[in-house]
Amino acid sequence: MKGFDLGPWLGLLGHGLWVTVYATILGTVLAVIVAFALGLLSLQQHAVPRTIARIIVEFFRGTSLVVQLFWIVYAMPLLLGYKLDNQVGAILALGLNFGAYGAEVVRGAIKAVPKPQREACTALNLTAVHRFRRVILPQALPLMIPPAGNLVVQLIKSTPLMFLVGVVDLFTVGDEIRRGQPGSVALVYLGLLAVFFLLSMAVVAITQLLENWAKRRLGQKPVRISTATVAGAAPVGEVI
Amino acid sequence: MIWDNQFALDILPRLLKAFLQYTLVITVLATLLAAALGLVMAVIRYSKVPVLSQITSGFLQFIRATPIPVQLFFVYYVLPDMGVLVGAVTTGVLVLGVHYASYFAEVYRGGIESIPKGQWEASTALSLPMKTVWQRVVLPQAFRKILPSLGNYVISMFKEVPFLLFISVPELVAQAKDIGGSSYRYIEPFTICGLIYLLASYPASVAMRKLETRLETT
Repeated sequence: MKGFDLGPWLGLLGHGLWVTVYATILGTVLAVIVAFALGLLSLQQHAVPRTIARIIVEFFRGTSLVVQLFWIVYAMPLLLGYKLDNQVGAILALGLNFGAYGAEVVRGAIKAVPKPQREACTALNLTAVHRFRRVILPQALPLMIPPAGNLVVQLIKSTPLMFLVGVVDLFTVGDEIRRGQPGSVALVYLGLLAVFFLLSMAVVAITQLLENWAKRRLGQKPVRISTATVAGAAPVGEVI
Repeated sequence: MIWDNQFALDILPRLLKAFLQYTLVITVLATLLAAALGLVMAVIRYSKVPVLSQITSGFLQFIRATPIPVQLFFVYYVLPDMGVLVGAVTTGVLVLGVHYASYFAEVYRGGIESIPKGQWEASTALSLPMKTVWQRVVLPQAFRKILPSLGNYVISMFKEVPFLLFISVPELVAQAKDIGGSSYRYIEPFTICGLIYLLASYPASVAMRKLETRLETT
């Protein structure tokens, strides 16, 4: 690695890291909203909202994220006559795709809350909102959080796709350093792997803190904080 | 005109060819690699050989926690520096295969650990030879449990084959992007891509769900 100088790149690296983190956070927020909207719709008694939610979920799960990204960035402007910023388009694709996977997590967790809980709410004459906020959701949350954390790790791992639509994220900066500093290839990519690994581990740690918070609210035992369980055995979108 | 039927029909053969020739072939090859390598790693972890077992665990976790595109570039640009020349398709199969092997290893481990202790004890009580225990008792039961999970991972991998765009493998989405770039018609190629993906992966995931219910041991 003779003559490799990181100095001039630091500013750009910081910017790239920020873009990646920013896309991850916004993508996750959007995904959570989409997941709850679609998840709750797919639990409705009426066939119409349920079917609509199922179709949207299967559509986003069934077509590849890359295809969705390109569709939003390249095809949609031709259709609408309006061009979104590429970064916004990328965040939209991430949020919609992972939101669809998340909808299955939300649905599975809410369905896993025992039926007598619902019956007790009826017996106590709670309103639907009250029932959801105070009885169903607090019990479903600890079930949702671990698979949701895995999805966020998957989302971070998908942020380099921004490179394909010309957004200058961490991955893109790495590529620019590789071009600008011949002989730095191994170092650049080992560095990128390390940074992404740390980001994933941070998500795992946050997930476990959240899970403990949700469990404590229910008076359940917290899990031990460890990073040994990253992206566990559940494949993306597997129904829990 | 927003959607041109003639144009869509014109590009369909090229897209289908890319799909069959690259996307599907790469999925199959990477699945075979992941299945074999995953098994090796699961056995190493299960064997609890002191240092080796920990190194394997760490490696698997690292692979799972880092993005495929970075892994692709690492292999594609770093290996040639070390004197190993690998083509784009080979790199793709290698990276996807190793990446998913890290998930497969986890599934295998879960499958083996899900076999109740009583099954092992009963085998010992009957003094079955170790080979028979694995072949006739443990693996048939574990296999039923893990098959749907493995299937779901293969479907995930199939949807991540377009990541190979990063190293210019001419698979389905790369072809669609090429067509879009040269004709400035993006709607048809990317919509067809989406439809091909949907038509291939939706029935597969429905089949996996059916299989899951059918194989469920009671």
